[in-house]
Amino acid sequence: MSNYDIIIGLEVHVQLQTATKLFCGCSTQFGAEPNTQTCPVCTGMPGTLPVMNRKAFDLAVRTALALNCQIAPFTKWDRKQYYYPDLPKGYQISQFDLPFSHDGWLEISDPKGKIEPKRLRIQRVHLEEDAGKSMHDEVAGSADSRIDLNRTGTPLLEIVTQPDMRSPAEAKAFLTELKLLLTYLGVSDCNMQEGSLRVDGNINLHVHTDAGKIATPIVEVKNMNSFRSVERALTYEAERLWDVWQESKQKLGDVPKQTRGWDDQANITRGQRHKEESSDYRYFPDPDLVPVTVSSERVAEVQSGLGELPAALRTRLETSYGITPYDSDVIVNQGRAAADYYLAVADGVADGKLASNWFQQDVLRTLNDRSLTIEQFGVPATALVALLKKIKGGELDNARGRQVFAAMLDQGLSADAAMQALGFEQVDESELVALCQEIVAANPKIVADVKGGNAKAAGSFVGMAKKKNKNVNPARVQEICLQLIAQM
Amino acid sequence: MLSRQDVNKVSLLARLQLTEAELDTMTSQLGQIVGYVEQLNELDTKSVEPLSHPVDVKNVFRDDVLQPSLPRETMLANAPHASDEFYLVPAVLGD
Ligand SMILES: [Zn+2]
Repeated sequence: MSNYDIIIGLEVHVQLQTATKLFCGCSTQFGAEPNTQTCPVCTGMPGTLPVMNRKAFDLAVRTALALNCQIAPFTKWDRKQYYYPDLPKGYQISQFDLPFSHDGWLEISDPKGKIEPKRLRIQRVHLEEDAGKSMHDEVAGSADSRIDLNRTGTPLLEIVTQPDMRSPAEAKAFLTELKLLLTYLGVSDCNMQEGSLRVDGNINLHVHTDAGKIATPIVEVKNMNSFRSVERALTYEAERLWDVWQESKQKLGDVPKQTRGWDDQANITRGQRHKEESSDYRYFPDPDLVPVTVSSERVAEVQSGLGELPAALRTRLETSYGITPYDSDVIVNQGRAAADYYLAVADGVADGKLASNWFQQDVLRTLNDRSLTIEQFGVPATALVALLKKIKGGELDNARGRQVFAAMLDQGLSADAAMQALGFEQVDESELVALCQEIVAANPKIVADVKGGNAKAAGSFVGMAKKKNKNVNPARVQEICLQLIAQM
Repeated sequence: MLSRQDVNKVSLLARLQLTEAELDTMTSQLGQIVGYVEQLNELDTKSVEPLSHPVDVKNVFRDDVLQPSLPRETMLANAPHASDEFYLVPAVLGD
């Protein structure tokens, strides 16, 4: 038994895929020249008024519903006030006590069995605006920090979980599933390098003692720039918290919440300077924005337009396509476009398992080897269907099928054209039977063997048949020979 | 009532540097304002619905349609200190 439980909650910021900012028509495009995407509204000039982007709100509601949240019929906007050079208004428009959604959940599972299936609760999801970026270039030796306000006012969704995760692996699984869900919904590109998805973690321990479980002070971990860093940072922090507990015996409430930053190179977290004043945001309702009401009809409408989400698609693949949970997980986790490719192939060839094998072993492997996306993949689903039909029908065996596949991939050929290019021809059935009759007649010893109960002996007919005609289907040769012998 | 310490904290949050004398003045003046507003607490509001906006109007959304931003020179012209591309501020170190 371990000495403690790890308690983790996450705060995830997701940039919504809108063309314009939350309260003005400036572009949200990443990577533009600094300070070229700003206007008096997003820089907080006196006398300006924010007007909310309908799409941002719709995407927010869509996401919250997919996370099984309750949508508040009435929601309002608040000013979260703090001074920082990248926040030109001196406050961030956010949501304090009446977020537009609350109390949802997301299920994590792992067919590889590394984590137990679990429903993780979402405390709230709210909409807010992003701040700008400040850069301090120490190399240049300048005493100034540079401020770029392009990002100021970009719509962000903040997703706050309950402290339901019990290991860094569960935290990583949650993020992986969340990201997949968001990309299926098409609400965010979730690009962590571009800051479209940011994660902060809250972590503490429940230490097992003779006097029962004792909670240690909570630490917030920031600067985790990939899901892998999240897992590593939280693993490191749990161990550090255990060391701190053994030394200090500090309990929750004994010290204020600490913020630590993850250093990916050094593999450690470091304490960040404590900003005692920043804990007081003095929220109050933004008088420039009017509360929003959401009717139950509107909620039902958005709900019905959610489309098939990853969890439902996994179940459908298992039940309707006859593939294992492991296989359906692999397929669904490739994203919507790749899953659609699989579905098109499986439907076309009417064989979920055959399609799954080829999708994973041949299509996915090629995508990985060549660093391609499914959109860039050279063999359309219809072409793969044509090939798999030939394999399923016995016209090609797997080995030849792979050769045909390679030719289709590299030369952009159809299955038929690739077969022609390779000199693969389908052998006429009557020709095949005649060939089998010939070799069966010429090999009485093998026939006797087979008749004596050694059906495997018929395998040597395949080699003989191939010598006579390289295009014969091995499985078919064996089948016909066995039939002929049975009739003898 | 508002204490001197409260005012000190609020000034810190607002990035205002007050002298001792100003702190005294502010404590007294802000205290009067807070005391005046405080009178509202004498009312019984048990049966009154909480108000989140003073004007009873419905929200209007904007379509997600691109509008031209202002030229960078125009935006930066208002800054006390700027380069050709950035606003410049006293060094912000760490997070
Ligand atoms: Zn703007």
